[in-house]
Amino acid sequence: MTTKTDLTAPGTVPVFFVEEEHGHAEGSTMLGFWIYLMSDCLIFAVLFATYAVLGHSYAAGPSGKDLFELPTVAINTSMLLLSSITYGFAMLAMDKERQGQMLFWLVITGLFGLAFVGLELTEFASLIREGATPQRSAFLSSFFTLVGTHGLHVSVGIIWLVTLMVQVMKHGLIPENRRRLLCLSMFWHFLDVIWIGVFSFVYLMGVLV
Amino acid sequence: MLNSDLLKFIFGRLTIEAIPYHEPILIVTFVGVAIGGLALLGAITYFRLWNYLWTEWFTSVDHKKIGIMYVILAIVMLIRGFSDAIMMRAQQAIAFGSNNGYLPPHHYDQVFTAHGVIMIFFMAMPLVTGLMNFVVPLQIGARDVSFPFLNNFSFWMTVGGAVIVMMSLFVGEYARTGWLAYPPLSEAAYSPGVGVDYYIWGLQIAGVGTTLSGINLIATIVKMRAPGMTMMKMPVFCWTSLCTNVLIVAAFPVLTAVLALLTLDRYVGTNFFTNDLGGNPMMYINLIWIWGHPEVYILVLPAFGIFSEVVSTFCGKRLFGYASMVYATIVITILSYLVWLHHFFTMGSGASVNSFFGITTMIISIPTGAKMFNWLFTMYRGRIRFEVPMLWTIGFMFTFVIGGMTGVLLAVPPADFVLHNSLFLIAHFHNVIIGGVVFGLFAGINYWFPKAFGFRLDPFWGKMSFWFWLVGFYFAFMPLYVLGLMGVTRRLNHFDDPSLQIWFIIAAFGAFLIALGIASFIVQIAVSIRNREKLRDFTGDPWDGRTLEWSTASPPPDYNYAFTPVIHDHDAFADMKKRGYKRPLEGYRPIHMPRNTGAGVILAAFSVIFGFSMIWYIWWLAALSFAAILIGAIVHTFNYKRDFYIPAEDVVQAENARTTLLAGGV
Amino acid sequence: MSSQPHDARLVGHDSDTSGHGSMGGYVTGFILSVILTAIPFWLVMGNVLNDSRLTAIAVMGLAVVQIVVHMICFLHMNTKSEGGWTLLSLIFTLVILVIALSGSLWVMYHLNTNMMQMTPGDAMNMP
Repeated sequence: MTTKTDLTAPGTVPVFFVEEEHGHAEGSTMLGFWIYLMSDCLIFAVLFATYAVLGHSYAAGPSGKDLFELPTVAINTSMLLLSSITYGFAMLAMDKERQGQMLFWLVITGLFGLAFVGLELTEFASLIREGATPQRSAFLSSFFTLVGTHGLHVSVGIIWLVTLMVQVMKHGLIPENRRRLLCLSMFWHFLDVIWIGVFSFVYLMGVLV
Repeated sequence: MLNSDLLKFIFGRLTIEAIPYHEPILIVTFVGVAIGGLALLGAITYFRLWNYLWTEWFTSVDHKKIGIMYVILAIVMLIRGFSDAIMMRAQQAIAFGSNNGYLPPHHYDQVFTAHGVIMIFFMAMPLVTGLMNFVVPLQIGARDVSFPFLNNFSFWMTVGGAVIVMMSLFVGEYARTGWLAYPPLSEAAYSPGVGVDYYIWGLQIAGVGTTLSGINLIATIVKMRAPGMTMMKMPVFCWTSLCTNVLIVAAFPVLTAVLALLTLDRYVGTNFFTNDLGGNPMMYINLIWIWGHPEVYILVLPAFGIFSEVVSTFCGKRLFGYASMVYATIVITILSYLVWLHHFFTMGSGASVNSFFGITTMIISIPTGAKMFNWLFTMYRGRIRFEVPMLWTIGFMFTFVIGGMTGVLLAVPPADFVLHNSLFLIAHFHNVIIGGVVFGLFAGINYWFPKAFGFRLDPFWGKMSFWFWLVGFYFAFMPLYVLGLMGVTRRLNHFDDPSLQIWFIIAAFGAFLIALGIASFIVQIAVSIRNREKLRDFTGDPWDGRTLEWSTASPPPDYNYAFTPVIHDHDAFADMKKRGYKRPLEGYRPIHMPRNTGAGVILAAFSVIFGFSMIWYIWWLAALSFAAILIGAIVHTFNYKRDFYIPAEDVVQAENARTTLLAGGV
Repeated sequence: MSSQPHDARLVGHDSDTSGHGSMGGYVTGFILSVILTAIPFWLVMGNVLNDSRLTAIAVMGLAVVQIVVHMICFLHMNTKSEGGWTLLSLIFTLVILVIALSGSLWVMYHLNTNMMQMTPGDAMNMP
């Protein structure tokens, strides 16, 4: 490729084309996925806004103070946080081309993810048993939707994780698979960021007020 | 009883009663569509085109073909949306006093809802996306978009949404809520039928496609520009496309989320927007306009880009104030998120909130005004060629300024309290959307058609189309301004005061003229195809164009450019022509290209089945099709063979053919 | 944003598919996150500050700090990745997010104040 000075120097014959190939689509994947995450972030923004506006409309039903059990939320939070660091270890193993070690950390990550989803489902089930169903009040509608959407994302992440593990076992750490693992890495850490908002804004603030 | 339970399980709430065989208008339409559709399918089968269509078009990941398919979809939907419009105009022109017209309220309400939804989501959006898809990679010197498969998938999801909307015509009914389906009317309690569900699922499926194509085009513009093309050397159309796609990616998630909440209200019984148990319908209106206002700019920014390209080409000059044009576009992008409340001044936010949003609304007209002056100064002392795209541009400049000024008038909250929900508002937004977006898209179609197909559109019928549209527009919507000022509200299918009738008759006459405009456009295409040899353009540069897309052949080869272009100026091709660019004649290499795939069509088809079964409560089919989507998507990721090389010999052949043509043509 | 678009491609494909992370980065991020998670839980569960408004401000403040920690240590945000485009898009998203959240709260607060539920009798006695 011609250097920058050649392209713009006055007086010389301008270069209007280069013979090398340029611009493979692969280079766009990380940016494209990041932009997708930003759009997903705005979906959560709407759900947070809805919770912020409707979160006090209890309709004479239970409030967050009556319902939330912070010890469970703390365990849940630690599950997600641990899964974040184990995914990080998997990525470090990938950089060192250690496929077995990477798969091991991915399995651990998936198990933490499953534990998170399982705990959340248990929490939902006990809420519904107590009569605090999503239909009970606008507060509960927005609570279940916000937390449930996050849980749904984690579940999709787990399915994706399993798919990628199969693909790595089948084809090894080829560039395509590495790129996919990096995308999932961003997705996974992004969900952790959203969860920070959820436990602070929904649970902790909900117990406070 | 067991039998009826079984039927209910199999068909959900879909019964034979859902087919509107007792509505003569719909039966006639259905027969027409069925005969037309069968004739089309028969013709395709007779000429053995299925294989060609499938391999060359439906499964194509070529951004040019996908762009063209978007435009075709948009034109089909334009005809559907316009039939709704002319039905409403006819109804309002006759339904006075004892005459109830021919559309009963429940039908009329579906017609105005469908008109709005189709025109915005399935006419304007695909046309905008289609032109961006076709033009942007060519203008930035790329081989394709960043994610070619995703592009194909996005297109078919948009088609899927359109299919769902069209289905509602003959199976069940469409929403009777207006194009934004405000609750509580759109809640299950007041709209228990399938209409709102058709609305929701049609938009959700199309929305997936729109968001993904937005992400795709942003990544393309950011990452795939040719060497030398810095951001400030991008053609203005690329800039407005970039900002439009930023708006799409930032706004459509809001729509998705809001519609999902409405879906939960209707399907699960949650209380987001209901009247009781703490729900708040006003929250829906607040949220949907956070999407809705940027949507307006999503539509009009690409049109502004088209006008910029057309003006500078047909005046033979650089665009006046390139940098100010870019900054105005960016300012509009950000400001468009700060004005949403002006859509509901009258809902009761009070003086402080209303004045804030009134002022931001007035501010956003400033960058738009700056653009108008840039176009005027580009024309000033230019050698203007009044070709069809330029006519549309001049028509736009007159019409859009009127629409903009009525918009600023509506931005004054006290004035809005008088004019809100009146026909004045209807006249205003048709004034900016027809005068801005539709005129822009017609300018774009006339401008880039020769690039896409290698021959120009017939100018005579193009001018007929333009004048019918322009005159028809003024006849159709100026009376609505008058009626709105007199206090006539929108969405009425019958009036008592006979003194209003003359205005509606004038408006109906205008709609008739617009119908002639659309007909002329179709005639224009037909005549141009028939006379294509006479209209043929061998140079690839029929308008003496200034941007990169005109430097390659028309239609461009699959790979767009045999060699990667290097850019020194935002009018790249004008610069190349001025400084003695010579087309390279040898040294061709194999070219790396994405491979076609049918996965997009299949996933979108499953999505349509999923949407349909959700609408009709056919739960088993919904579960099956959802699983099919999931599995299909996963299986698709196991396909690693997504690219191939065009051999150098093929490139040599294509480029030598062009060399011969150029030699003969000059 | 006048970055040279072809520069990134000259770097080659190696940097595209590496994780950019380091052991130290992940561990620092993890420890910071644990601390930043523990403090708000402790503040709320132990009712340490004895003032719910102050606690709320502290909780939200710590959440913002923790989000920044995650962005830097786990998501490897910096001003240079993808020529600054990831950071730019993040800032844009945050602006839209703040507008949507605070705007909705502001608008809906005023609507609620002005549209208080009232009996028909109240409505008739309005000034």
